[in-house]
Amino acid sequence: MRVVVPIKQVPDMAQVKFDTDRGIVDRSSAEAEINPFDLYALEAAVQIKQKLGGHIVAVSMGPERAESSLRDALARGADSALLLTDRQFAGADTLATSYCIASAIRKYGDFDLIICGEKTVDGDTGQVGPEIAEWLGIPHVAYVSEIREVGAKLTVVCDMEGDTYTIESGFPVLITVTKDVNTPRLPSFRDKIKARDARITTWGAEELSTVADKSKFGVRGSPTRVDKVTIPTEEGRRGKVFRDRVDAAVVEIVSALEEMGGLRA
Amino acid sequence: MKDHTGVMVFAEQSESQIHHVSFELLGKGKELADRLGVPLYSVLLGGQVEEATRELIYYGAETVWVFDHPVLKHFDLLNYKHNIVKLIKEVKPKIFLLGATHLGRSLGPRIAAALDTGLTADCTGLDVDEQGNLIQIRPAFSGSILAQIKTKTRPQMATVRYKVMQSNRRDTNRTGEIVDRKPEIVPSLLSIVHREKSGEGNIVESEIIVSGGRGLKKATDFELLAELADLLGGAVGSSRPLVDDKWIGKEHQVGFSGHTVKPKVYIACGISGSPQHLAGMRFSDVIVAINTDPSAPIFKIADYGVIGDLYEVVPKLINRIRGKNQ
Repeated sequence: MRVVVPIKQVPDMAQVKFDTDRGIVDRSSAEAEINPFDLYALEAAVQIKQKLGGHIVAVSMGPERAESSLRDALARGADSALLLTDRQFAGADTLATSYCIASAIRKYGDFDLIICGEKTVDGDTGQVGPEIAEWLGIPHVAYVSEIREVGAKLTVVCDMEGDTYTIESGFPVLITVTKDVNTPRLPSFRDKIKARDARITTWGAEELSTVADKSKFGVRGSPTRVDKVTIPTEEGRRGKVFRDRVDAAVVEIVSALEEMGGLRA
Repeated sequence: MKDHTGVMVFAEQSESQIHHVSFELLGKGKELADRLGVPLYSVLLGGQVEEATRELIYYGAETVWVFDHPVLKHFDLLNYKHNIVKLIKEVKPKIFLLGATHLGRSLGPRIAAALDTGLTADCTGLDVDEQGNLIQIRPAFSGSILAQIKTKTRPQMATVRYKVMQSNRRDTNRTGEIVDRKPEIVPSLLSIVHREKSGEGNIVESEIIVSGGRGLKKATDFELLAELADLLGGAVGSSRPLVDDKWIGKEHQVGFSGHTVKPKVYIACGISGSPQHLAGMRFSDVIVAINTDPSAPIFKIADYGVIGDLYEVVPKLINRIRGKNQ
């Protein structure tokens, strides 16, 4: 089974600060890491390879420093890594990002299965996976919480909020996996050392030009743009705070509940 | 782009019942359509959805395109995509909206890529600017900022979060045009071999939610919150750490990586209010916060903040409500 795992380097969301004056994310404020959701995709790929053999390629679009996340992916079980980096790729929205990654997968050639994390922690759209599938003209199943069978066909369980679907598919196919799908293992020290010296292939816009329309990369190929950024304010909240007056608070809260019809008299 | 007109809402159905988010989108869609002076459209795919179609009219759709076919009864990704893309190319709406449900967030990107147009995920606000462009507002960075996004291609596509927009009142006197379309059936490539109700989503539908956070001392103390929730006919929620620690199931998790809820009353017990948690409950009508730490961020968005111990406050609330109910 030839598996492709697209990954993204993201800032650690627990640390990252937002520069409200400039309206941008201050990436220097936090360490960069693999998007946590992508670790589940990598682990799923590793488990499939352990069972069926094959090859796992991790692919990432980003600046050169994204190489460190690809090395992390190698340490976690990817066999090879592909970095898509070019100034022409910068400023891409989900459409241009998915187009770039899909083009690279097309150039890369043979694959059976693409596994993505359900979303990234910084973009939080979940759109890139399904869009890659559309560019490649293959089916996809999103929000996969269990990979039940993989062999001649693929059987997965996906969570559709309120409904759970068990779905069968042939290959090639793309799936996006949730955190329920497995428990990602930690890379061993030995694997980390090995990954440190591994060769990473780098492709830019030129390399992809045989399979792609360069005007669809990066900011030029992005139909959406962030026009403005605001800090949410809380309007219309009563903001009534009770300190050391628990009994008074209880009386007032219960009468508010009563007024709203919240009590089942 | 001049020949693009109308606002089109994708109507999501399960078991021929329209998902309420679609009615909310019709509510918001009507407002946008009126401001732009264009019609409000809807598209529905399903198997035996005649009654459901009428509901879309009652909630404000002026024209509904219906694709009624056994293959479309359940979510068949490629057939849904194929027929919607074909319809959009023909009708050329300015704006196309889907609910940010798992279905909408799986289908929307396929349609957007097929049409080579922009898609904004999980919007919590929609507006139009002076030139008639759609302003799409969505929380970013765990809800700590709001981004306003514009799309230069047509249709301008967005998935919109459930329970954020207001639906119009259901009015059975409303009339509209129903256009029956024979779907083109393409190979599904995916087959649904089993389908079951997972029972999730109860918390999202609840009008009252009593949630616990790190202020709880042990897993069984959720029983105290459940007692209060039961009295109020509500559900129990949780912040993420307690779900990660397996004190309570993931179906109870409120926040960025859990459910987004918008109940009438949200009672946060021992929850400090991380941006991730607030992202999932800040749209609640009334927020009650109980926390021993006066600097807890949850107090900034609370209507009623009680600086105190939940182990004192919650039993007192329970007693008082019991007294009233008798």
